[in-house]
Amino acid sequence: MNKTQNNKAWWLVVPVLLLVAFNAFIPLMTVVNYAFQETFGDNVFFWEGTTWFEQVLRSPRFHASLVRQLIFTGMIIAIEVPLGIGVALTMPRKGPWVSVCLVLMALPLLIPWNVVGAMWNIFALPEIGLLGYTLNSMGIDYNFTNQPMSAWMTTVVMDVWHWTSLIVLLCYAGLSSIPDDYYQAAHIDGASRWAIFRYIQLPKMKRVLTIAILLRFMDSFMIYTEPFVLTGGGPGNTTTFLSIDLVKIALGQFDLGPAAAMSLIYFLMVLLICWAFYTIMMRNEEQ
Amino acid sequence: MAQIRFRNVRHAYPPPKGKKPVYALNQINQVWEDGGAYALLGPSGCGKTTLLNIISGLLTPSEGEILFDGAEVTHLPTSERQIAQVFQFPVVYDTMTVFDNLAFPLRNRGMDEALVKQRVTQIAEMLDLSASLKKRAAGLTADGKQKISLGRGLVRSDVNAILFDEPLTVIDPHLKWQLRSKLKELHQQVGMTMIYVTHDQVEALTFADKVVVIYEGLVVQVGTPVELFNKPRHTFVGYFIGSPGMNVLPCTVENGQPVFYNSRLETSHPVTGELNGKLEVGIRPEFIEFATDGIPVTIEKVEDLGRYQVITLKHESEIIKMVMKEDKVIPAENPRVRFDPNRTRIYCDDWIVEETVHE
Repeated sequence: MNKTQNNKAWWLVVPVLLLVAFNAFIPLMTVVNYAFQETFGDNVFFWEGTTWFEQVLRSPRFHASLVRQLIFTGMIIAIEVPLGIGVALTMPRKGPWVSVCLVLMALPLLIPWNVVGAMWNIFALPEIGLLGYTLNSMGIDYNFTNQPMSAWMTTVVMDVWHWTSLIVLLCYAGLSSIPDDYYQAAHIDGASRWAIFRYIQLPKMKRVLTIAILLRFMDSFMIYTEPFVLTGGGPGNTTTFLSIDLVKIALGQFDLGPAAAMSLIYFLMVLLICWAFYTIMMRNEEQ
Repeated sequence: MAQIRFRNVRHAYPPPKGKKPVYALNQINQVWEDGGAYALLGPSGCGKTTLLNIISGLLTPSEGEILFDGAEVTHLPTSERQIAQVFQFPVVYDTMTVFDNLAFPLRNRGMDEALVKQRVTQIAEMLDLSASLKKRAAGLTADGKQKISLGRGLVRSDVNAILFDEPLTVIDPHLKWQLRSKLKELHQQVGMTMIYVTHDQVEALTFADKVVVIYEGLVVQVGTPVELFNKPRHTFVGYFIGSPGMNVLPCTVENGQPVFYNSRLETSHPVTGELNGKLEVGIRPEFIEFATDGIPVTIEKVEDLGRYQVITLKHESEIIKMVMKEDKVIPAENPRVRFDPNRTRIYCDDWIVEETVHE
């Protein structure tokens, strides 16, 4: 049989190639361009090799924001995941309350990020905000604009408020897919509440939890808008996370070279951690 | 192990608003002996799963009580009834190995680890699972998983009964036979009371010592497969068991003998006394033969099934099925058939006559 050779179909891929080129590849290459060269404007570039990378990796300022970032991401995952699972377990499985709960849960996810930041900013203001005023009148000295501890707590609580719902909804979907037979079998086998959670519910939620943790890791590692609106990275630099720091370097100081190098390092870190996490989870699955 | 007794058990699911409750189970009075293999047989929706859930304690009956060895358990929760159940879809704990799965019910009850090991090894041996004890249960095939579900029941020595809810539904046909004979063999080995729910008559008849036929929430007959075949107490049993099912034909009664249209039939189980209600005569296709005198019929269809043939006959507007050995000959002209008088029975309002009518 003669096979007709016709490669014209490849042209059909062109639109998507163009799209990817313009929204991902070309911007990324621009960053690469800045990361290895020095420019003083006028489109004149001087080759710098790995100077910017070395500078960024050695800079105490970068280390400090990286540590803050890791602590923040670690904290919110440590709070949101157990809390999300807990809430999902207590949500009703059937009846009229199901849709009420689902809508209530979805609400925070629908609010634009800068609005979340603005809401919490006003909510937490020490003199006029409901939260700030209440805390102060209870005798707790609270002012997120000049106390690092208060600023941190507010940022973490805001993120928990905004994103726990995502974990709840994903876990709830996982829980809903468990047939009743499993629970009946567990009762018959005399399993305790904890054993049911450990051997039936948790394994069935594993896939969705993997996705949930990945999403929360990526989003929180790249968090910008909410803390920017809430604290602006302050007081001082205490809530300056990686992306806030990056914007300060790139747009505040116009250090395009170091900013580009930092962007690439940042990008590779997110990519690497996600890949490692996913690979480990999936390897467990296969065994 | 226990004898199971039902006393006036009725159950209705909560009805939709403004409607009267419909009884899924209507008046069950039964005693099932310890160590028996019972099959609950009936069409979908007849209430057999409801009855099973009442035994296991997943449902509390609306009325009546259930006793294990004379002790009332109607309101006891599942975990205190010492019941094992195998579900339609295999339930295994995915993250555990086969060994841990089998050990799970024992460990939950705080059994000593050395004893657990001994028990599990013994049961795995019986179920031919010894080779895969160290494997993850999630990796097994459906029949392997179903064996694990069964094994989790067998490991417990305190089990009152093992319940099976259509356990072979998801098993490949060629493995069904194997697993079914395994069940039968296990029953003989361990002697536990086993209750098997199915809508497949072949499964019920091969597995059980006693078949409990359920129809519209009522137990219509309990008997050995032979009894069900030879003497169906209800026309439904006649239809449902046997392939093709029993012929149920309208009749009148004269002098205790049935009359089908204008043909007088003969039965060795004549009727005495007045009968009110719908009268029918029941005869299995196996007990009809061609004869020189008898009911004149026309032949509608002949199906050859290898060792025997199924012949569809018609008399007036009634269809009669008969089964005939391959080597016999179908008469060419004016075929007539004769019903075996020993096997011809009269039914009134679907229940067999000549015995005390069952409530």
